[in-house]
Amino acid sequence: MLQFIVRRVIVALLVAATVMTLAFILTRLSGDLAVSIAGPNATQEDIELVRKAYGLDRPVTTQFFDWAGRAITGDLGESYFFKTRVSSLIAERMPITITLGLTGLIIALLVSLPLGILAAVRENTAFDRVVQMVALLGQAMPSFWLGLILMITFGLQLGWLPISGTGSWQHYVMPGIVLAFSAIPALTRLTRAGMIQAMGSDYIRTARAKGLSRASILLKHALRNAAIPVVAIAAVQLGFMLGGSIVIEQVFALHGVGFLAWESIGKNDFPVVQAVVLVLAVIYVALTMLADLMNAVLDPRLR
Amino acid sequence: MSALLEIEDLAVSFGRTGAVRGTSFTVERGETLSVVGESGCGKSVTALAVMNLLARGARRTARAMRFQGEDLMSLSDSGMARLRGNDMAMIFQEPMTSLNPAYTVGSQMTEVLRRHKGTPQRLAIDRAADLLARVGITAPGLRLGQFPHQLSGGLRQRVMIAMALMCEPKLLIADEPTTALDVTVQAQILRLLAQLQRDLGLGMLLITHDLGIVARVAHKVAVMYAGKVVENAATAELFASPRHPYTQGLLRCVPVPGKIKRDEPLGSIPGTVPRVGPDFEGCAFRERCSFADATCTQDIPRHQAGTTHDFLCRLPS
Ligand SMILES: Nc1ncnc2c1ncn2[C@@H]1O[C@H](COP(=O)(O)OP(=O)(O)OP(=O)(O)O)[C@@H](O)[C@H]1O
Ligand code: SF4
Ligand SMILES: [Mg+2]
Repeated sequence: MLQFIVRRVIVALLVAATVMTLAFILTRLSGDLAVSIAGPNATQEDIELVRKAYGLDRPVTTQFFDWAGRAITGDLGESYFFKTRVSSLIAERMPITITLGLTGLIIALLVSLPLGILAAVRENTAFDRVVQMVALLGQAMPSFWLGLILMITFGLQLGWLPISGTGSWQHYVMPGIVLAFSAIPALTRLTRAGMIQAMGSDYIRTARAKGLSRASILLKHALRNAAIPVVAIAAVQLGFMLGGSIVIEQVFALHGVGFLAWESIGKNDFPVVQAVVLVLAVIYVALTMLADLMNAVLDPRLR
Repeated sequence: MSALLEIEDLAVSFGRTGAVRGTSFTVERGETLSVVGESGCGKSVTALAVMNLLARGARRTARAMRFQGEDLMSLSDSGMARLRGNDMAMIFQEPMTSLNPAYTVGSQMTEVLRRHKGTPQRLAIDRAADLLARVGITAPGLRLGQFPHQLSGGLRQRVMIAMALMCEPKLLIADEPTTALDVTVQAQILRLLAQLQRDLGLGMLLITHDLGIVARVAHKVAVMYAGKVVENAATAELFASPRHPYTQGLLRCVPVPGKIKRDEPLGSIPGTVPRVGPDFEGCAFRERCSFADATCTQDIPRHQAGTTHDFLCRLPS
């Protein structure tokens, strides 16, 4: 088990290092940063001043190692626009994004686990086919479009839910549903496939031969095995949702990390953009690692 | 008093395959009925049909199927669940895959006792450890905490046997229960089953390829061929005077005692078991039978060769 953990941590660190490099390169691909920061009316002199002030005159590798070295210790630099520490900016906004992501994940699981289990139990019935079709349609629906539809229906016409802001838990319902929607098709299909495989297995026949209750056969014996791949994908989906919040937070005006990234791109506040990309990526890597560890907990053969 | 298990005209088909085509037999309390026959004859399907554990897509019919007088064909799912694992238990032919990989041996063994008898976990664990010891597993305490993948095939098979015995069933259906075991362990398990038979009146439906085991433990034998029981007889009588050409073929191939090789396929009658449809007419053995003639394609009568001995062949007794 220890060896397993060590191996996973090493892989995660390698991935994190790669992501760091990519985050750095990407922000620099958009052109000369000094020109963008200085603004459209700046003279050549202004630009050179900016270049010096922000250390952009140094060789790119020096800039990278300087930034990376600080980032590792948690120092993500200072925002050009807000004039505060990037780390405190992100820390301030992160709870909103995480709440949103977890809401999305919980909604997704609450929908896809029962749907997947029922579809598997009723394999090849009309119910099963409807579930599969809805899953397919759900996957094809763009999330900002779904967000707008929900907003118009439940927010404006019915007035049941607030359409923007973060004042109460109700504010998270619609964006949570929209985020969940992107994860539901994959999770439902995976649950269904896993349950069908488990229900056809010899150990389920044994469970039935023992006269166990239907609930115990389905949930204790079959779902426990079918859930192993679902857990891994759920963690990955949570990562996608946190990344996807860049669009959703915009649509619902939730001032989370995604919103911050959006604002900062518009303002050429590249230390913030770079840092958000890095932080989301590190969270994503951590989640994948967590998924592996949870797999090991659920599947004794991996221990 | 009604018999422990009574089956009349059981038939199971998978689409166009007639896996079992009209099988009848009875198992009394304290009695072992052995079902023998080559691979694909329908032995496992018969056993699974009794437990109502057939795979999806199987069609099961019977004129009657009674367990302790209770009609199994019309029994509800929950009624069946009340019997399974409790009054009738089964040991499967697939010991490697029949345990749930996600739970420990102890948890899987005790849940059946908790379910049917409401036994507290602490007592259930004691019973599980005791049964593991009785099927010849050393350090049962250690094994109870282990997961199936940590056990060899032989150990898993013994766990399955012990698990089937947790609730002291009245009927034990054992499908090749000792194939993965060495001879000493096999003997120990057969002794244990014989003892349970004496002490508790356990009835057994024992499926095996090993005619040596049949000779030692079975009271009577049903010989199956292509989904039909072609001969029924008390064990001694079957070995002494087999009447059906197929049974004769099987027995002719039994090696001389003392030179018996374990796990050898039954007999070596030329040819293989044909796959037949549910409505196949005549004797399915005719392609391989040296006595076959034109009448073998018609309806075959069942002949009585004694009060407890019958066989299915056109040849008169
Ligand atoms: N799930 C299934 N679907 C389709 N056909 C099946 C299924 N299970 C069994 N059969 C068919 O039923 C017939 C009888 O199979 P069964 O497993 O009862 O044989 P068996 O006598 O137990 O053989 P073995 O000695 O190899 O265990 C075979 O022709 C087999 O192909
Ligand atoms: S019925 Fe005909 S083919 Fe079948 S066993 Fe008897 S003689 Fe042989
Ligand atoms: Mg079999």
